Amino acid sequence: MWFYEKKTQYPVKIKKTDPRMAKYILSQYGGPDGELAASLRYLSQRYAMPTPEAIATLNDIGTEELAHFEMIGSMVYQLTKDASIEQIKATDNGVYYTDHDKGIYPSTGTGVPFNAAYIQSKGDPMADIHEDMAAEQKARATYEHLLDLADDPDVMEPLKFLREREIVHFQRFGEVMDKLQEYLNSKKYF
Amino acid sequence: MSDNRTEMLNQIRAIEFMAVELNLYLDTHPNDQRALNEYNYYTRQLMGAKNEYERRYGPLSNFGGSFSRYPWQWIEEPWPWQQDIIPD
Ligand SMILES: [Fe+2]
Repeated sequence: MWFYEKKTQYPVKIKKTDPRMAKYILSQYGGPDGELAASLRYLSQRYAMPTPEAIATLNDIGTEELAHFEMIGSMVYQLTKDASIEQIKATDNGVYYTDHDKGIYPSTGTGVPFNAAYIQSKGDPMADIHEDMAAEQKARATYEHLLDLADDPDVMEPLKFLREREIVHFQRFGEVMDKLQEYLNSKKYF
Repeated sequence: MSDNRTEMLNQIRAIEFMAVELNLYLDTHPNDQRALNEYNYYTRQLMGAKNEYERRYGPLSNFGGSFSRYPWQWIEEPWPWQQDIIPD
């Protein structure tokens, strides 16, 4: 069972409207290497994991990713809530506006809806944990791309925090992989 | 209070369900004092029941929501979907 806590994990307080940056960031909400995909991937894969460390790590990182999903949604909201129609048109966000106005919709910045085909749940612990390590690297790279595109410190600080978290997650998944390897080897011999 | 693990969990579920229901009701009836009193009553009950459960069987929540003894108890099985290994 889940509980909601009424705060973001890291502060999100963006004062400057910037629908263009919102469009770039939205991909981390509902795009291929985004936080929703990450959370659903780990929370779905945990059932097939054979060791308590692997289950706990997927459970907990899958939960933390939901907090990141909220941070990204908050960023997109704050970047767009005061945008004028002129600003939306000027930043080529009109297509998104047609379907969603200022609603926050899980999609890429160009409007491709979230798709579970972004993730896998293979039932094979080694295959899944390798996917997870790759996913963390891809998310890390995405945050670096977003940091290239950003210039407002209010936007950059949460992005930096999220980038750091991907590095920590990658590290933890690497440790899980080593332990899974030990476990699978020991099963082979006994 | 029961000292049977499954029974304690069911007790927590029952109290928590009251809290969930009252919470949703209060979301659309924030001025209902009677419902609010009940919500606070069940919230206190729930805290007590969870404390008691955790004292015996280890943490119910992660990320600073529960204490752990050594070694880190959070990874201990059973997980909720492992019904087959939950002792009665
Ligand atoms: Fe992550």
